[in-house]
Amino acid sequence: MHPVLLTVLKRLGLGVVTLVIVSAIIFSSISLLPGDFGQAVLGQAATEETVAAFRKELGLDKPAVVRYFEWLGNVVQGDLGTSFSGRASSGQDRSRPVAELVAPRLWNTLFLAGVTAIIAVPLALILGLTAALYRNTLYDRVVNAVTLTTIATPEFFVAYILILLFASLWPVFPSLANVDASTPFWDRLYKVSLPAMTLTLVIMAHMMRMTRAAIINLLASPYIQMARLKGASQTEVILKHALPNAWAPIATVIAFNLAYLVVGVVVVEVVFVYPGIGQLMVDAVTTRDIPVVQACALIFAATYVILNLIADIIGIVTNPRLLHPR
Amino acid sequence: MTDTQDNPETYSAAAEVGAVRKRRTRWERIRLALKKAPPTAWFGMIVVALYCFTAIFAPWLAPYGEAEIFLEPYAPWSAEHVFGTDQIGRDILSRMIYGARNTMGIALVTTFLAFLIGGGLGLIAAINRSWLDQFLSRAVDVLMAIPSLIFALMLLSIFGSTVMSLILIIAVLDSTRVFRLTRSVAVNVVVMDYVEAARLRGEGLVWIMRREILPNIMPPLVAEFGLRFCFVFLTIAALSFLGVGIQPPTADWGSMVRDNASLIQFAKYDLKAGLTPLLPAAAIALLTVAVNFIVDWFLHKTSGLRDDH
Repeated sequence: MHPVLLTVLKRLGLGVVTLVIVSAIIFSSISLLPGDFGQAVLGQAATEETVAAFRKELGLDKPAVVRYFEWLGNVVQGDLGTSFSGRASSGQDRSRPVAELVAPRLWNTLFLAGVTAIIAVPLALILGLTAALYRNTLYDRVVNAVTLTTIATPEFFVAYILILLFASLWPVFPSLANVDASTPFWDRLYKVSLPAMTLTLVIMAHMMRMTRAAIINLLASPYIQMARLKGASQTEVILKHALPNAWAPIATVIAFNLAYLVVGVVVVEVVFVYPGIGQLMVDAVTTRDIPVVQACALIFAATYVILNLIADIIGIVTNPRLLHPR
Repeated sequence: MTDTQDNPETYSAAAEVGAVRKRRTRWERIRLALKKAPPTAWFGMIVVALYCFTAIFAPWLAPYGEAEIFLEPYAPWSAEHVFGTDQIGRDILSRMIYGARNTMGIALVTTFLAFLIGGGLGLIAAINRSWLDQFLSRAVDVLMAIPSLIFALMLLSIFGSTVMSLILIIAVLDSTRVFRLTRSVAVNVVVMDYVEAARLRGEGLVWIMRREILPNIMPPLVAEFGLRFCFVFLTIAALSFLGVGIQPPTADWGSMVRDNASLIQFAKYDLKAGLTPLLPAAAIALLTVAVNFIVDWFLHKTSGLRDDH
């Protein structure tokens, strides 16, 4: 077998193991709950029979390992359980399946993240590359100072400054991003402009700094010096010598920041009241709706793990040293 | 030393060799280092000092009490209430001053705890290098695979949003990063001959950790402490902003932004009102920028660990 394939397979296997362990951690969180939470969910008026039935429905009478595999099997089939909210002591069950709650919101979040990524990734790469090429010039210093400040500020500060400027003082964009399934595409794009702008500013700063560091690191290596000394032109040096080795760090930077985007989306969604999965999770945390929290945490964690996995695999595949084994 | 050199009549080589080399005292070294500090570092230090002063003397500085309620909610800026009042009529300036104490205090305790757990385990893993190291490192890998804000949200939904659980959860989650750094820098020191010598002389684990390894890995750890503090501070602010962090009536900058956010839409009519929710957010941003400046300077001074060349 080709050694690259072997390395990739190994990394994939490790990724799967990580995912399984992460899911086990998220699942076991429900076992950490205090014993009387059935009562807490159903309200004080719930009879002992209702509470017992509720516990049975959650499968709390079975051993944890059995429950874990049942839960995992259901999750793989798209069944994320039933939400705690809407359950009442009266016995009437108005609760909804978690998958039904999550699906439209997941699509919204992916839309926001997608718009952000399309704007932020090329912009950050261009800024990072130019900052690295024109290192220690005024341009580099200005870009550096601005990005350092953006990194150090909380996301909601950036968001509110944008709201103050573009929604309040000079109202060109809406400050609330209330979209639903029927919102047409362009309207939707207009409504997410401020949240997308906030996220772009936040992740662009990280991405730009990391790209700059990666490229500077690369341009300092001896073989680039060698290429320059033998008379290769600047474009040739960059395209033929630097870029093949730069793919790995750049891919890592992009994937890492998309993973970061997954987390940053939570705060930004709350600021702009955007009906995404991050807001759903925060609401579920306040009402302690554990199945919804678990489902959201699982989706976030899985996205994070998979994006990091993709970054690693691109790093392995594009590494010229691994492609030509001795 | 200088006397003998300056005067050629009385100079004696033997005296110069024999003279005890006078070392600068610690105070002198600190003063010299401060003299050479760049303006950004000075700016950072002054800001941090001001914040600490405000936090320590909050009850004397604040014009009103932390949860004192006045008649008029959302009062405009005036001589009586410098930054107006919030949604239930509490003085914003007073709450910001108390917020410095609460937010920074909690973040500081959390960071210390994270270093105690992460640093301690990291050192033990670096010295031990057996199954314990393997076990801890793999456990940390898995914990780091889950984004920390998401993990914190999940754990808070289980344990409830009390200050105690907030501190413990974030400290444990952040200790993973501290563990990684401590272990990776300590591993290089553990293989040194002087550590081996100390071990052969029969020194205990704690002694080796404290006297042989810790002093040699101090600079990166101190820098990491600053950055970790910023990160913890931002995480707590974000959680409070989301409404699952520090709970009212405790004043805290994150939740203050959330509580007064609706004022922003009046910016067109009264710019001051529109700026009110930005004040606590700006306070958070200013502190993290200041700490970052100091850490940058510190890393530059102790060198070796800069990210750009």
